[in-house]
Amino acid sequence: MTDMTLAAARRALAAREISAVELVDSHNKAIESLNGDVNAFIITTPEQAREAAKAADTLLAKGEGGLLCGIPLGVKDLFCTNGVRTTAASNILRDFVPPYESAVTANLLSEGAIFLGKTNLDEFAMGSTNLTSAFGGVTNPWRRSGSDAKLVPGGSSGGSAAAVAAGMVLGATGTDTGGSIRQPAAFCGITGVKPTYGRCSRFGTIAFASSLDQAGPMARNLEDCAWMLEAMAGFDKRDSTSVDRPVPRYADALERGVKGMKVGIPREYRAPNMPREIEALWEQGIAWLREAGAEPVEVSLPHTKYGLPTYYIVALAEASSNLARYDGVRFGERVKADSLDALYEATRHAGFGEEVRRRILMGTYVLSSGYYDAYYLRAQKVRTMIQRDFLSAFEKVDVLLTPTAPSAAFAHDEKPTDPVQVYLNDVFTVPASMAGVPALSLPAGLDAQGLPLGLQLIGRYFDEETLFAAGRVMEKAAGFSTRPALFAEFGA
Amino acid sequence: MSYRIEGTTGTWEIVVGLEVHAQVISNAKLFSGASATYGGEPNTHVSLIDAGFPGMLPVVNGECVAQAVRTGLGLNAVIHLESRFDRKNYFYADLPQGYQISQFAHPIVGEGKVVVDLADGSQREIGVTRLHLEQDAGKSIHDQDPTRSFIDLNRSGVALMEIVSEPDIRSPEEAGAYLRKLRQILRYIGTCDGNMEEGSMRADVNVSVRKAGEPFRTRCEIKNVNSIRFVMQAIEVEAQRQVEIWEAGGIVDQETRLFDHARGETRSLRNKEDAHDYRYFPDPDLLPLVIERDWVDELKAALPELPEAKRARLEETYGVTRYESGVLTAEQSVADFYEAVARDRDPRLAANWMLGDFFGALNRTGHAIDDSPVSADGLRELLGLIADSTINGKIAKEVLEDMFETGESASAIVERKGLRQVTDTGAIEAAIRDILATNADKLAEYKSGKDKLFGFFVGQTMKAMKGKGNPALVNDLLKKLLAE
Repeated sequence: MTDMTLAAARRALAAREISAVELVDSHNKAIESLNGDVNAFIITTPEQAREAAKAADTLLAKGEGGLLCGIPLGVKDLFCTNGVRTTAASNILRDFVPPYESAVTANLLSEGAIFLGKTNLDEFAMGSTNLTSAFGGVTNPWRRSGSDAKLVPGGSSGGSAAAVAAGMVLGATGTDTGGSIRQPAAFCGITGVKPTYGRCSRFGTIAFASSLDQAGPMARNLEDCAWMLEAMAGFDKRDSTSVDRPVPRYADALERGVKGMKVGIPREYRAPNMPREIEALWEQGIAWLREAGAEPVEVSLPHTKYGLPTYYIVALAEASSNLARYDGVRFGERVKADSLDALYEATRHAGFGEEVRRRILMGTYVLSSGYYDAYYLRAQKVRTMIQRDFLSAFEKVDVLLTPTAPSAAFAHDEKPTDPVQVYLNDVFTVPASMAGVPALSLPAGLDAQGLPLGLQLIGRYFDEETLFAAGRVMEKAAGFSTRPALFAEFGA
Repeated sequence: MSYRIEGTTGTWEIVVGLEVHAQVISNAKLFSGASATYGGEPNTHVSLIDAGFPGMLPVVNGECVAQAVRTGLGLNAVIHLESRFDRKNYFYADLPQGYQISQFAHPIVGEGKVVVDLADGSQREIGVTRLHLEQDAGKSIHDQDPTRSFIDLNRSGVALMEIVSEPDIRSPEEAGAYLRKLRQILRYIGTCDGNMEEGSMRADVNVSVRKAGEPFRTRCEIKNVNSIRFVMQAIEVEAQRQVEIWEAGGIVDQETRLFDHARGETRSLRNKEDAHDYRYFPDPDLLPLVIERDWVDELKAALPELPEAKRARLEETYGVTRYESGVLTAEQSVADFYEAVARDRDPRLAANWMLGDFFGALNRTGHAIDDSPVSADGLRELLGLIADSTINGKIAKEVLEDMFETGESASAIVERKGLRQVTDTGAIEAAIRDILATNADKLAEYKSGKDKLFGFFVGQTMKAMKGKGNPALVNDLLKKLLAE
């Protein structure tokens, strides 16, 4: 039953071929048997989930229930969940139980979704390996052929990606700031959508970089993501950056096809050191779309090379400010000290991991007087130019196709010691985040070692539907059906 | 009227600019729905947003924006249709988010001006540089416990308008006049109650001194002064301190100081303001604040009559003097009261009574105009009784006192005490003849040319009539009888 897609489970539940209790039980069981190895979950809530499944069955029996009634999901532990511990994978929030529900999880709950637990992530969503979690790293369910080396799932939504890939849940929420949904989706062989900035409310989502953070779905395929996104999205007056536009039925766009569609191939994404396999997969993706009637067009996004440095200035400036509230006075274990400043220092040192501290320091530096103009202000200007790049590209094309990540998943012990090397994982995903345009990653093939590789589609503001349509064509052509080494198959 | 400090090296003038923090009158805080009411048990008016909980986001309260615009219009200032909220990052225990949201770079209100009245009757224009919206911080108390600080977040997130003046102020008196004028305007428009004791209005005072014709010298900022009197005193002692330093060959350090009114001195202040590196950047949780010209025009059209306009109108309509119009418009409620009294009464008489006996009685009984035991209608009735000669002015003073004590109407008191004035010429003549008969010696003196005794006879007659004689009739008849 864990091998079903979310979309198939919806149909089976509605037809009463399976019950929500059975579905939830089998997934709880999958988590129980696999989480020790994968560490995808920080907190699990099996009893709560079971109770919710009973209620869902009652509704389903009456032919009622929302879009996701009875569907077991994982929730990235960056979304505040009422009465359920929410840690952001940080020691400083280790024991934090919010008395409120994030907008995205509230939307999912009101559509009947059932949460099996809170998934692991890089601490405060800062990372692209999921190794910076205070609750331990996540292990990618995939293995290289003939190797037992533990691989990273990518990050920061690594727990969500791994949980979906391993069959522990049918879908999971992620958040994407510079690629945190798309890169782990690619590493774990699943599908992830970063919607347009403003499409999903950020209310109740623990902030990393406010002007970039956007919640999105992670699931086995595009249809699953379409149903989840429809449930998650929507205007929320509690978030000033939320946009008041109707939410489309994304699933309806899936079979639109790509006939006559112009697909942009950004010249600047051809990185000089890109592995041959990634290059080849990209060519394959272009071919699939062309065969389905789309016209590939080379386009230029001239400021692409500034994407990553600019991102690290803007994101870390915002992060340093957003994390100031964890001052040791109200959150985390307070470390005694002689003065208020010393108390902040000692508590924040104890509460934040190395990567978070590094990013806070960089962010504080780029905002400090004397450096603000040179770094932050300049980065904002470059960001505007990156946005213009996308706007002018979308005058010529309907969608852009690129690889998602410059490599397949690497092993835990292959993690580069140079943090800047790690940051390069986001090189293809960051520009779309800087521009706020929607983008998705879908599994398109395997590399020579049997690891999944992803392709990324980037679309116009609020034009997720075109992304789903183009993505569906590639999904069909790719026919990706390989399961990872760690995959729980329980029940019928 | 110029204010000068005579030093050993010559004459110094002072340069003062004020930053006034005025708490916006609103139902809710600037970015949350929590109550902005003053007081309450600590931490009872705090939302999750004000307390900086994870994932909580600010949403601008439109009413606070409207209040800022109204105030800007009242200060004859430029209203910026696009403004922006920045985060001002610094660590302090009473700042739950670790930053304050403030319109640092792009304020909603730009340049304006305030006309102030000085004691010698002259007026001066003080420039306003800007008005911007920002969040108040919480309150931290460090001296109640040796190891703990107490934090009250009730004020955290309350909307403040920071109104920054140009360094146009040249004397403590001008500073006082500016603050009074500003408070008067804010109260008229209803955007701040101006209550300095409760901290809903407080001032940071920037003071420097210089010799005539010099450019500005180093200034010191005296933080959070909470009364107009203290602002004036602080300027005086701080300017004196700076003159002494310069004259002794020293250098005034640019620093933040506090005013200790008990000791009459300013002292260097070590507190959160030491964090000089504030780290500003646009708040990514908030979009730029864009307002419509039409909306501003609507707010403008709905503004109440402002003090200057009201003053001019009172002078024009009621013929009151410049001085009287100033007192009558000091507060809107006084002007309203006056206009209610003056309606179909002699406006000059009404002004005299308001500013004289009525205010005297308010002061004596410890009442403000808003809780006066005698209403505007009550006073109007009393003036009516004077106008129709039911009582004379002297008796009216007695009646007013009685009204304050008993709360009865003027006519009721006149009836109860039988205070109607006597206009019966026969009765008056009889009283006069009595007086003249019993004061034959004075009468003889008068007749031999001592005219001044006329007043004595008037007084004696009125006294005999228990003050109820109609003064005009008494005068006329006395003249006639003395001439016999």
